[in-house]
Amino acid sequence: MAGQPLIELRGVTKIYGSGEAAVAALAGIDLTIRDGEFVAVMGPSGSGKSTAMNILGCLDTPTSGQYYFRGTDVGSLSRDQRALLRRYYIGFVFQGFNLLKRTTAIENLELPLIYRGVPQAERQARARDALAKVGLADRAGHSASELSGGQQQRVAIARALVTDPSVMFADEPTGNLDSARSHEIMELLASLNAERGLTIVLVTHEDDIAAYAKRRIRFRDGRIESDSAAVIA
Amino acid sequence: MISNAFFLALREIRNNLMRAGLTTLGIVIGVAAVISMVTLGSGASVSVTSDIASMGRNLLILIPGQRKPGTLNAASPFDSDDAHVIAREISGLAAVAPAISRSAVVVAGNKNRTTSVTGSSNDFFVAREWNVTLGRNFSLTEERSGKSVCILGQTVRKELFGTQDPIGARMRVDKISCEVIGVLESKGQSTFGSDQDDYVIMPLKAVQRRLAGNTDVNMIWISVRDASYTDRAKGDIERLMRERRHIVPGASDDFQVNDMQEVTRMVESTTAILTAFLSAVAAVSLLVGGIGIMNIMLVSVTERTREIGIRLAIGARERDVLLQFLIEAVVMSALGGLIGITIGLAGSAIAAAALELPFVFEPGIVALAVVFSAAVGVGFGYFPARRAARLDPIEALRHE
Repeated sequence: MAGQPLIELRGVTKIYGSGEAAVAALAGIDLTIRDGEFVAVMGPSGSGKSTAMNILGCLDTPTSGQYYFRGTDVGSLSRDQRALLRRYYIGFVFQGFNLLKRTTAIENLELPLIYRGVPQAERQARARDALAKVGLADRAGHSASELSGGQQQRVAIARALVTDPSVMFADEPTGNLDSARSHEIMELLASLNAERGLTIVLVTHEDDIAAYAKRRIRFRDGRIESDSAAVIA
Repeated sequence: MISNAFFLALREIRNNLMRAGLTTLGIVIGVAAVISMVTLGSGASVSVTSDIASMGRNLLILIPGQRKPGTLNAASPFDSDDAHVIAREISGLAAVAPAISRSAVVVAGNKNRTTSVTGSSNDFFVAREWNVTLGRNFSLTEERSGKSVCILGQTVRKELFGTQDPIGARMRVDKISCEVIGVLESKGQSTFGSDQDDYVIMPLKAVQRRLAGNTDVNMIWISVRDASYTDRAKGDIERLMRERRHIVPGASDDFQVNDMQEVTRMVESTTAILTAFLSAVAAVSLLVGGIGIMNIMLVSVTERTREIGIRLAIGARERDVLLQFLIEAVVMSALGGLIGITIGLAGSAIAAAALELPFVFEPGIVALAVVFSAAVGVGFGYFPARRAARLDPIEALRHE
C-alpha cells in the first residue's frame, strides 16, 4: 500500500445531456491526491469543481475515464459497493449542512455508525467524543433545526469525523456562513489535518478560505487550470 | 441489518410524531369506519331475521279475503270447522289454531287499558312459539266450554297488576268478568315497531260467545312440522279451502295463506341491500382514509427525498433505506390497524347496545379493512421511498 495514492483520476470526463444539448462539465481531468493532503479546489461557478467533487466522493460517476480510490477502479463498482466505499472510507460536509432536521445532534452523529453496525454503547461514546471535538458537547440533545448555521456545520463536520474516514470532502462548507463563522470552521478543518493527518478536499471559490489549504487546484471550463503542487513537483 | 433498520425506523417515527400520527390516523379512520358500519349492518340484519323467527317458524297464516288494492275485504270469515277440517285432512301439521281478535278495554282494580283480545286454543301458543311463564295454559274443559279465563301478555300484566301476582285474580274484559290463569313470556317489539306483549288471550268460544256474539274465526294460525314441507302444506290448504268455500275453477281465491318464509326472505333481501349500502359507505370511508394517508406521504416526499439523499451519502445502501421505510410503514399501519379495530369494535358495541341491536363480530371484514389500509399505508410509504432511493445520492440531495 505504501506509495499508492489515495485518489487518482485519469482522463475523467462528465457530460450532461446528449446530442447537441450535451455539456461537458469535466473535459478530461488528471489528478492525484495522497494521504494527509489538504487540497482546495477552486474556480468560478460552472467550472466543474463541484462535479469533480461529487465524482471524487462517489456520489456521481464519470462519463469516461478512470477513478482509482486506493487502487480500486470505482467505475467497476456497483451502486451498493460505492455506498459501502462511502460508508467506510469517506466523510462529507455539504454547503447546506444536510443534517436530519428533527433529529438531535447526537443522533445525527450516530447515523453513519449505525450503518457501520457499531454497537450502541461504543456508538454513543464516539458520537459524544466527536461532538466535543467540534466544541458542541453541550448541544448533544438539541435537534438540528434548533442550532445556528455555524453550529449545524460543526455537527456536520463531527458527523464526517465520527467514522474516522480516509478522506473528508467538504463542498463549500462556509458558503452559508458569515465571515467569523467561516474562519472558525476553517481553523477546525486545518487543525484536523495538522493534528490527525486527515486528508481533506475542499471546494470553495473564496481565496481567503482556500488559503487554509496546503495545495490549491484551480478549475476553469472543466479543466485544471493550475495546481500549486504541480509547480513544486 | 434488520435490527438496525428497525431501530432507525422507530427513531424516525419518534422524531416525526406529527407526520406519523397523521398517517396512522388515516388508517385508524378507515379501519374503524368499515368495522363499525359492517358490524352494525349485520347486527340489524340478524335482529330483523330473529324477530321474524320469533313470530313462529314454519308458520302459515290463513286469513279471509285478498289484500289487493281496489278490492273490498268483503270475504266471509272462517269458522271453527274450517280449522278442524284442516287439522284432520292435511298431514304434517304441528298445530292449527283458529283465532278471533278484537279490541277491548280490560279493567283490574282502578286500572284500565285498551288492548287486543284474542280468542284461540292452546295450539295458538304452539304455532307462535310463545310460552306461558307463569301459571298455566287452558285446560281441555275450558277450551270446550269457552270458560271465561285469560292469559296475559307482559305489557297488560305490568299495566294492570304492577308487581302483584296476577294469577287467580279477576279482571274485566269489556262487560265480562274473567279469571287470570297465566302470563306469557315477553316477545318485545316487533320488527315493525308494535308491542307484541300488549295482548290478552282467552279460549276461542269465550270470545266468540261473550264478546263477539257470533261463531266467526278471522284468522287461522298453522304451524308446519318441517320447514321443507311448508310449500306443499300451503298448496294443500289452498286447494282444501277453495273446495270448502265453493270457488269455481278460474275464479280467484277469497282467502290468503301467508307464508312467513316469504316474509323472512323479503326481509333478508332488504337487510342484504342495507348491508351492501353500509359496505359502500364503509368503502368510501376507507377510500377517504387512504387519500388522507396518501396526502401526508406525498407532502412529506420532498423532505424525505432529501433525507434519503443524506442517508445514501453517508453510506446507506438502497436496501438499507428501503427496509427502514418499509418497517416505518408497517409499524404505522399495524398500529393504526390495531387502534382502528379497537375503536371500531368498541364503538359498534356501544352503538349496538344503544340501538338494542345484537353485536355481530365479522372477522372477515376486520381482516379486509386492516389489509386494505395496511396496503395503502405501505404502498404510499414505500413506493415514493423506493423511487427516491434509486436516485443518485446527489440528485436526491438536490431535490427541492
